[in-house]
Amino acid sequence: MKVPGKGLAQGLGVTLKSMTKPSVTQEYPHQQPQLPPRTRGVIALMEENCTVCMLCARECPDWCIYIDSHKETQPPQTEGGRPRVHNVLDRFAIDYALCMYCGICIDVCPFDALFWSPEFEYAEHDILGLTHERDELREWMWTVPPPPAETGNAEPAKEIPS
Amino acid sequence: MTALEVAAKLVGALLVFLTAPLVVGQIEHKAMAHMQSRLGPMYAGGFHGWAQLVADGVKFAQKETIVPARADRRVFELAPAVALLPYLFVLIVIPVGPQQSVHDLSVGVFFALAVVSIGVLGILMAGWASANKYSLLGGLRAGAQLMAYELPLVLAAASIAMAAGTLSLNGIAHAWRWWWLPYQGIGAVVFFIAALAELRRPPFDMPVADSELVFGPFTEYAGLRFALFVLAEYAGIVVFSALTAALFLGGWKGPFLEHQLGWLWLLIKTLLLSFVVIWLRVSYPRLREDQLQKFAWAGLVPAALVQVALTGVVRVVTS
Repeated sequence: MKVPGKGLAQGLGVTLKSMTKPSVTQEYPHQQPQLPPRTRGVIALMEENCTVCMLCARECPDWCIYIDSHKETQPPQTEGGRPRVHNVLDRFAIDYALCMYCGICIDVCPFDALFWSPEFEYAEHDILGLTHERDELREWMWTVPPPPAETGNAEPAKEIPS
Repeated sequence: MTALEVAAKLVGALLVFLTAPLVVGQIEHKAMAHMQSRLGPMYAGGFHGWAQLVADGVKFAQKETIVPARADRRVFELAPAVALLPYLFVLIVIPVGPQQSVHDLSVGVFFALAVVSIGVLGILMAGWASANKYSLLGGLRAGAQLMAYELPLVLAAASIAMAAGTLSLNGIAHAWRWWWLPYQGIGAVVFFIAALAELRRPPFDMPVADSELVFGPFTEYAGLRFALFVLAEYAGIVVFSALTAALFLGGWKGPFLEHQLGWLWLLIKTLLLSFVVIWLRVSYPRLREDQLQKFAWAGLVPAALVQVALTGVVRVVTS
């Protein structure tokens, strides 16, 4: 049976119930948000791991990664060896005005040099300020959370390091 | 009563008039926010934004008061006072204890209802003098709304006056018994709803419907004059809640210490009713103009007439 005014009473009930429940507001600048561990805030660079392979720069869909490098020749380590050539990173910059936070660079990096950091407070007054150089990207490494602990459910590794 | 006594009572009424609307306004800020899962003002004054309305007042005072070039200047400037002052005068007759009110008028109900309906004149003046079609539409809607809802308001008040056999607000509170709640229940509900409509509070805020009339009669107002209109709205909530409490909920009657704590019982009832006003605002969408008129003429007026008939029959049978 349809009770007249039932909907009206239900409406009052809804508002009264949400009044007694805690509100969902986060007082952000005074209270840091509870971000999930894999938040995509900013991309951090572990510059020691970078070999200047350029994979990240080439896979980036909107070309927001700038890499400059030069080659250096190292003298042979042992007698009669040959000199080794290796790349030295001169510049690594990400333009966050272009970055779309797809994370492809992090996925393709073969040497674990790029990481997601939950840090998100890097707004700038000038769009040019959003191009962050290697020093700042390196600093964000300190905010990268440790990887999640192993659950033991994965299949065993194919090669066991001796 | 000596002149000093009268002056003290008037100052007291003025103080209530200046503080109670702010309290209700703050309750509205916070209760509405929490009903919408927000926090509301949190910073002004430090503790949960208690001084938000003080800050608002300071802001309004600093703003420029603009009078439109084509406006009827004198009427435009007078309108906020006409809208606000009637509510102050009504406070004079509201009884706060068995023998206490600023002035116990023998025709208190009549006086209160006559004076509060002057308030709408201020709205009409504002709407007409603004030289703005939205303001005019809003003002006329407010006028039409008053015409429609004044009738059930007066009929409901007439019913309680018949039941008590007096027009004095204090006399009605004296005659009131707890079983009048069901006996005058229809009248109480009709009175309260009609009061909401008189105040143009949501869901009866068609005159100021901001999505179609900008802000109705208040569109052209800025600064302190606009603040006076807002204050009038909250003073109206206080006055109509107090009137409903005094007429239908026993006024100063309470479980104990009526002579000493009468004002407290009335205050509690008034604040509870004010909360219901806010609660209804948050819960219901705005009625369309035709729905609003139909609700008054086809819903509230017959209900009020049923209440009057019931009261009449009971009076005749018991006397």
